[in-house]
Amino acid sequence: MSEIRVHNVWMEYGDQVVLESISLDIASGAFVSVVGPSGCGKSTFLRMILGQERPTRGIITLDGAALPDEPGPDRGVVFQRYSVFPHLNVLQNVLIAFEFAESSFTAKLFGAKRQAASEKAEALLEAVGLSEHIRKYPSALSGGQQQRLAIAQALAREPKVLLLDEPFGALDPGTRAQMHALIKPLWRDRGMTVIMVTHDLKEAFGLGTRLLAFDRPRIDPQAPERYGARIIYDLDLSRDGPVPVLGFSRPIEASPTSQETKRSMPHA
Amino acid sequence: MRRAVNIVPGSGTRVLLALLPFLLIACLYVVVSAERRAANPGDKLLPPITEMATSMDRLATEPDRRSGDLTLWSDTVASLQRLFIGLGAAAAIGLVLGLTLGLLPVASAGLSPLVAVVSMIPPMAILPVLFIVFGLGELSKVVLIVIGIAPFLVRDLAMTVAAIPSEQIVKAQTLGASTWQLMLRVALPQAMPRLIEALRLSLGPAFLFLISAEAIAAESGLGYRIFLVRRYLAMDVILPYVAWITLIAYLLDWLLARLARRAFPWAYVQEARR
Repeated sequence: MSEIRVHNVWMEYGDQVVLESISLDIASGAFVSVVGPSGCGKSTFLRMILGQERPTRGIITLDGAALPDEPGPDRGVVFQRYSVFPHLNVLQNVLIAFEFAESSFTAKLFGAKRQAASEKAEALLEAVGLSEHIRKYPSALSGGQQQRLAIAQALAREPKVLLLDEPFGALDPGTRAQMHALIKPLWRDRGMTVIMVTHDLKEAFGLGTRLLAFDRPRIDPQAPERYGARIIYDLDLSRDGPVPVLGFSRPIEASPTSQETKRSMPHA
Repeated sequence: MRRAVNIVPGSGTRVLLALLPFLLIACLYVVVSAERRAANPGDKLLPPITEMATSMDRLATEPDRRSGDLTLWSDTVASLQRLFIGLGAAAAIGLVLGLTLGLLPVASAGLSPLVAVVSMIPPMAILPVLFIVFGLGELSKVVLIVIGIAPFLVRDLAMTVAAIPSEQIVKAQTLGASTWQLMLRVALPQAMPRLIEALRLSLGPAFLFLISAEAIAAESGLGYRIFLVRRYLAMDVILPYVAWITLIAYLLDWLLARLARRAFPWAYVQEARR
């Protein structure tokens, strides 16, 4: 189980209101896409779930317990860049997750324990299609391969929640489609809750079971920082029928877009 | 004719071009030295190379009449011992404090201003204090080297560690790393190549402090010898000693560069591609 509840959360930096009055429940096992214009606070939202930043007001709970205010192994993450350790080769990059868990003082495993952890790491690398490259350093990998590695690494501790911060934003369209085909079965098989921030609407509709759009509905021209972003659309993409717009009276014609996206991405 | 910025020498030409200035300086020295000798047979300022070779041969192979040591080698051993202990201690301090300051905001808030101020103390100005506190023996010379270069290493490594992308630090935490594990497996390995680079840059200052301390109070050492024979205007000893020190420093620098590339190949990937 990995149900996230966000209750009346505000995020302010001094006078600047970034997020205001965010409340939502994310069901266990959902794949939530988060979209919105640049600088509207969607990455801030992700960092709050991650524990990297604390909300100014409000509560976030994971399975009923208040979220710890620092990152931990229950929430995995893949960033757009710098997600992998440049000084470790591909295998070591995944192995280090097991070493953190099982060897608190030296953070190194030896002998039989290392063998067992290596096998688990190799299985993960196999799942993301990197088994041919396990001795390479990240700098020798392509952008897509680095993100595959980052995903394998994030899955090693079997997190309840996987947070993706524009994970495929720097990849070319072909590689991006391959990554979509990779991430969807991984999510489905593991029953994790995934929250993905993206700029790519096609990706957001194609992968997600739910879509959140952040934007600032109120703007004061004299004090542009006075009002923060809210969730302005909250779409359920899991049904086959027309997409209902929750909490908004005006329906939008999102269903053709969604189905078209699904058709164009066979694995999605 | 191509533009000058586009003319790249081949590997053979590169070696020739590198040797050329050295050869020119050597030739210049030989010519000027010979001319001075011709004008004044007693000239001591620019001794001919044969004279320097004789003096060095004497210092390297004949036991000193008073102590019975082979002067050149006992000087070299004494100096290098001080240098290595000093560099080692400074590297250890730099690594421990640099990692702590770079990774822990509380430590950085408490100690960074102090380190910044201490690094501005001119080490030579407190040399008398060191002689008074630690005596005229080996310790004061080693401490001078440590005081001279440790603050630089601390600041450099703290900056290197602080510049590790925050994504990596967060990622390690999501993999369950504690602060200690983060320091040991993420920050330390990424600080090591920079430590070696910083040590290479510190070799010059380290020799400066070593020679200065030896010049003022010592009973052996390369710096001691140079300042001793200065009284007799013995350029035939001073010049080869300076060349010998330069050679040692150059070799140390080269060895450190090789060591860094051998031990941390991942840090030099960009260089190999260039």
